Amino acid sequence: MTTTDNGVNVQALLDAREALKGAPEAAQFIWRATSTWKNGVHSTTTIQNFFGLGQEQSHKTKTEFTADHPEIFAAEDNGITPIEYLLVGLAGCLTAGVASVAQNRGIQLRSVTSTVEGNHDIRGILGADSDVRNGFNDVKVTFAIDADASREEIEALVAQSQKRSAVYDALTNPTSVTVEVA
Amino acid sequence: MSQRVTTVVIGAGHAGLAASHFLSERSIDHIVLERGRIANSWRRERWDSLRLLTPNWLNRLPGHGYGGPDPDGYMTAGQVADFIGDFATDTAAPVRENTAVTSVRRTDGGYRVSTDEGDLDCATVVIASGACNAPVVPECAAGVPDGITQLTPFEYRNPGSLPDGGVLVVGASATGVQLAAEVRRSGRPVVLSVGEHVRLPRTYRGRDVLWWMDAAGVWAQRYDEIEDLARARRLPSPQLVGEPGTTIDLNALTGLGVEPVGRLAVVRDGVALFSGGLRNVCSLADLKMRRLLAGFDEWAGIGDGPAGFEPTRIPAAPRLRLDLRGGEIATIIWATGFRPDYRWLDVPVVDEKGRLRHDGGVVDSPGLYALGLPVLRRRRSTLLHGIEDDARFVAGHLAERLTPRVVA
Repeated sequence: MTTTDNGVNVQALLDAREALKGAPEAAQFIWRATSTWKNGVHSTTTIQNFFGLGQEQSHKTKTEFTADHPEIFAAEDNGITPIEYLLVGLAGCLTAGVASVAQNRGIQLRSVTSTVEGNHDIRGILGADSDVRNGFNDVKVTFAIDADASREEIEALVAQSQKRSAVYDALTNPTSVTVEVA
Repeated sequence: MSQRVTTVVIGAGHAGLAASHFLSERSIDHIVLERGRIANSWRRERWDSLRLLTPNWLNRLPGHGYGGPDPDGYMTAGQVADFIGDFATDTAAPVRENTAVTSVRRTDGGYRVSTDEGDLDCATVVIASGACNAPVVPECAAGVPDGITQLTPFEYRNPGSLPDGGVLVVGASATGVQLAAEVRRSGRPVVLSVGEHVRLPRTYRGRDVLWWMDAAGVWAQRYDEIEDLARARRLPSPQLVGEPGTTIDLNALTGLGVEPVGRLAVVRDGVALFSGGLRNVCSLADLKMRRLLAGFDEWAGIGDGPAGFEPTRIPAAPRLRLDLRGGEIATIIWATGFRPDYRWLDVPVVDEKGRLRHDGGVVDSPGLYALGLPVLRRRRSTLLHGIEDDARFVAGHLAERLTPRVVA
């Protein structure tokens, strides 16, 4: 018997699934980010703490993200555009899903790369055409996967990873968002 | 004064009557209680065109097969009711019709079953009241604007009874695809909201797909051999219609002019918002169908691979929003599943999702049994002909319980 090792501890995830079936309150997580305006459309957002398993949790380190607009938007381009962070989130989530599902199905991965493209008509955010939405018109993800598996098995990995993806769900389904002044 | 009987069977559908058959065989005195008439839900809770998804030759009850002229046909709801009614007559089942159970509770010696016609005390109870007692309607229905007619499959009869105008069918299991097709054929515009679904062709390599499932042993798989039993038990019904040679998958529906959209997520300010994940639920269904068909080929020793099924065709840009105030949609049909109703069951054996806790029909309370639920003991438990083995097992287990044990 060969051993598949994609570096995902599937057993821990399966154990967590079983444990949380009987403890829905422990499954309630709150993810948090704190953002500060710098200048212009430049801001930084830091992430370190979150809540889960009934208590405050912390990442090993604090991570800082810089958001800005490119120079063709007459900005300083100190960092990527906020909407590009959605691409980061989607790619990270789907890739994690592919690795986890592959591990669970005993498929050894050699390489997984993807490109994510968001088609965006910026007349929406500029208010140039009220019929154009602000966000992406559509998003396309293309995976290239080298693994010990048939094309059909690889397609099934990618499909299953979408089925269990938090970011895919957050992008494809409406979410209630409340924005208020403290 | 309450009446005493050894066993009370609740429900005179195919499951309760099969239980009665095996109880009689073991000379266990019992009564079958039925809130309406025998096979009540087949007579009252089905739309006009509904036919059974299983071909006639597959429809068997214990000692009672299909004897008609069309073994490859599919029964109407009325014919199913008659088939079950004939079985009740043949087996002389002790059915008490028009007797609704209002409560079942534990007593020292077993259970007290209260009905609107008096109480019964018994040692054992078989719950065969069905898996589909009430339609499930999602919470977002509350946000649908007033002018729109909303129907569940219990209320829908035929396209002629709908108001003029467009129809949004929510759900793409057997019910949703069948209703979408017939409403579309009546000339109305139809939008079909599609979540996870089970795609199947009606026939494969010239035979009914259910013949393949039967022959290849899919139906025979035991409940305790299924990896994700909870999932198997809540699997939506496959996209099938009881019409010889007719496949009713999404490609067939878009061919009729039905417009597929993603899963209905929410109704916000009178606007229905659909998931952008339609492509993925279709890919999943295509992959699973191909895997199933490849399994048939493997079983049959056919090596050239499942051919002839193109992937589900999806519009380039499925609509994500549909304004329900705009007049485009006059009717919404909620084909969003069914659930059992155990409000009368005063024994703590129902889980937080409203499902009975049981192990292959043996409910988590001594002397209490269940029959007629999906994948109860085998995959075929979901179908009419699956009841025979299940009912035989349950009657056997129940008889064992009634027999006083000699302690050595």
